[in-house]
Amino acid sequence: MGQYLVRRLLTIIPTLIAISFVIFAVLDLAPGDPTSALPETIRPEIRQQIRKAMGLDEPFPVKYGLWMRQFFVNEPLSLIENAFDIQIGDGEKRLRVTSWGRRGVPVMDMILERVPQTLWVVGLAYLVAIVIAVPIGVISAIRQYSIFDQVGTFISLIGYSIPTFFTGLLMILLFSVKLKWFPMIYDTNLQVVDWKSFVEQLRQSAMPVAVLGFFQAAILARFTRSSMLDNIPMDYVRTATAKGFRERYVVIRHILRNSLIPVVTLIALGIPAIFSGAIITEQIFRVNGLGALLIGAIQLNDIPLVQTLTFIFACLIVVFNLIADVIYGILDPRIRYS
Amino acid sequence: MRRHISSLRVVALLLAMAFLLAACPAAAPAGGESMAADEEMAEEEAMEEEGKVLTILYWQAASLPGPYLSGGTKDQDAGAITLEPLANYDPNGTIVPRLAVEIPTIENGGVSEDLMTITWTLKEGLLWSDGSNVTSEDVVFTWQYCSTEETGCTASEAFLGIESVEAVDDRTIKITFDSPTPYPYNAFVGANTPIISSVQFADCVGAAAQTCNEQNTAPLGTGPYRIIDFKVNDVAVYERNPHYHGDPAYFDTVIFKGGGDAASAARAVLETGEADYAWNLQVEPDILRDMEAAGLGTVISAFAGYVERVLVNQTNPHSDLGDDRSEYMGGDNPHPFLTFAPIPQAMSMAIDRTLISEQLYGFAGKPTCNVIPAPLHYVSDSNDGCLTQDIDGANALLDENGVLDTDGDGIREYNGMPLKISYQTSTNSVRQKTQALLRQWWLQIGIETELINHDASVFFGGDPNSPDTYQKFYTDLQMYTTGPTIDPQQHLSNWICDQIPMRDNSWGGGNIFRGCNAEYDALFEQLTQTPVGPEREALVKQLNDINVQSFYQIPLVYRGEVSAQLDTLKGVWINGWDSQMWNVGDWHR
Repeated sequence: MGQYLVRRLLTIIPTLIAISFVIFAVLDLAPGDPTSALPETIRPEIRQQIRKAMGLDEPFPVKYGLWMRQFFVNEPLSLIENAFDIQIGDGEKRLRVTSWGRRGVPVMDMILERVPQTLWVVGLAYLVAIVIAVPIGVISAIRQYSIFDQVGTFISLIGYSIPTFFTGLLMILLFSVKLKWFPMIYDTNLQVVDWKSFVEQLRQSAMPVAVLGFFQAAILARFTRSSMLDNIPMDYVRTATAKGFRERYVVIRHILRNSLIPVVTLIALGIPAIFSGAIITEQIFRVNGLGALLIGAIQLNDIPLVQTLTFIFACLIVVFNLIADVIYGILDPRIRYS
Repeated sequence: MRRHISSLRVVALLLAMAFLLAACPAAAPAGGESMAADEEMAEEEAMEEEGKVLTILYWQAASLPGPYLSGGTKDQDAGAITLEPLANYDPNGTIVPRLAVEIPTIENGGVSEDLMTITWTLKEGLLWSDGSNVTSEDVVFTWQYCSTEETGCTASEAFLGIESVEAVDDRTIKITFDSPTPYPYNAFVGANTPIISSVQFADCVGAAAQTCNEQNTAPLGTGPYRIIDFKVNDVAVYERNPHYHGDPAYFDTVIFKGGGDAASAARAVLETGEADYAWNLQVEPDILRDMEAAGLGTVISAFAGYVERVLVNQTNPHSDLGDDRSEYMGGDNPHPFLTFAPIPQAMSMAIDRTLISEQLYGFAGKPTCNVIPAPLHYVSDSNDGCLTQDIDGANALLDENGVLDTDGDGIREYNGMPLKISYQTSTNSVRQKTQALLRQWWLQIGIETELINHDASVFFGGDPNSPDTYQKFYTDLQMYTTGPTIDPQQHLSNWICDQIPMRDNSWGGGNIFRGCNAEYDALFEQLTQTPVGPEREALVKQLNDINVQSFYQIPLVYRGEVSAQLDTLKGVWINGWDSQMWNVGDWHR
């Protein structure tokens, strides 16, 4: 296991370097220019000055090398400095990846500012989805082809098929415009200090959480159900029942336990999506999370910010793939890594 | 066995009930309404506790408050709530004093007879929002800050042609130009050149400007409100400025929220009333009308000088010419048929401008026949005939001039060349619909059109290696919007012969249609020496007419910006010439 882990960790390095190159190259070659977002009345000479101030005139390898150094050396150092409040070398002079849209501001600071909102809204949606989906999946499997199963299947099919931007819009029209229950603008300045503001926080999170949760729950419920169905006809289940255990015991201790192995993997693999997958939902409800940051950066041609965000998403996916593999091994003793 | 399952059944039942409940409110509106009423009561109570709050919604979030380091309107407007210039433009295009005592003119001696200097005087006792004094040094500093090249100032255009800005005394500022400047009000007038504090920004000039994060996000201002919190690309919060020189502002707090999309911003004002004001609602006119019908708010529009128009390439863009496509070459590469005036004239006659502006632009457009559509005293009335569509007339005109369909394929020929044209613009649903309409009308007069669109960031991007930019103009026609600032001289200067874009100047000029007219150049030269007054107005009209009547450009729609306000919000006077936030200090309920 230990050897396996080391080997996997070592393969991550070239993978990430390759990914970073592809991301950087694609975005660098893409047409478009950050000064195109400026008003059309600005003269070409002035545009040129602004381009120069952004470092756009450097050749490709130089830009890539600089970015690699900034991202892999300077940024982690600054992060450590901030986290532990210490000084490593000359922090002031260290070049950091800075935004074009908001010139001079380190990209990483902008990202860190956005993480809490994303974690709260999207993370909560993910939790809600798990809590709803697993029981539904289990019951649907045990009572296969019952009314509950049919309805559950139908609803999860809907949840799975309808894109979040559509359910989001429907919810706004129903709950904000018609019923006026929930606000459609997410207030990021709201401080949770007492019971009332907490309720307000719940109210404004309700719709984005519901939209994302519904979508995730639909997928997870389908998956739990089919995994349960795979296990129900197994011999060990018949043995357990024959021993005279109660059904609930058999379902929870035997079938569910075995069925959850692939589900847990799926959940682990889905965690990077917490950060990236909510892009559209965040945009619809004006939650200022990472997704909204990415959209704004794309609109403004803020390439350094797009590069960094995309690369962070890629890192998360690679890392959680590894974690999912490891969890799989721990949960299922039959699997041995060598 | 049954017994053991029962608890699972309870869960199932609960879930089913939850679904039912979710569906219930739609079936029981009475319950829903009482909930809503409670909600309103609670909201009113909350209002009393939190004070008077003004919520402004910009679907493009501001990245910095102020116009100097970021060129977007969103940033300029976020700044305009707290930063002030010496004077503003009002919605009619008149200059009104803000930090200045009065507007300097030749009559009151503020502008020198030789048009070389202008002298402004600050109001007495002006204070920054931290209580320190505003002096003429701040104005001088603002000029130095923005005109230092390394600052990368996005408003430096306004300071072109200024030789020096001096502080004569604590309240008097003298601006000297490097050549006679008939319109001296570009610098420090309007929300794109407000005054910043020389003390606060002292260490932020040049390359350091980028790293002055604290100063950039919380600039001191002189306006009705001051910034207390700024979250990048998200939200800015302001409070009443106790040191404001005017009457104290009405609201305790102003929230300037960004993000989302235009349609939902409109909805938040017109349908839910969550926000008081929503900016730049580029939404289909029918959808906006439906939302307005909810009765909570009103759609308002502001018009400045923007004209959506078709540019007619005066040079030959044929791809066989290789690098010589759309090159002027001293007039030796004319367009094979679009330089023959009756053809573009017929094309212009065939267009129903009223239909385009009503159906596609709605609140945001009026039909126009001029490239200078405002302010009123600069607008020519000699081209208004184009407002009526005349397809028969257009056909007759082409017939008379011998542009006929000789081979019977439905397309006319000129000197044996079929009238097949290519027509490009940026990717945008309104623009593509306009293209489709024009194509259909032109087909009726025997002209075939190929429609092309490019992503806006490419088309307007100015990448010298891309063949698809509007500067290179490798098609016969193209369409986009630009417009004059309040004084049209700068805009008109684009269309002199020297401004033709070509390889040699890296496609750097503003004469995009590549038309050269000696009479135009002579009249423009005269304009640069004529001070503000009736003579200047007549010259602007003449220049407009030459351009339009040579069919270098075919104006279509006079474009405005659409915003929405709650009906309970009073004092809004939407402004096309200045920031929409220009009079936010007067807003109240």
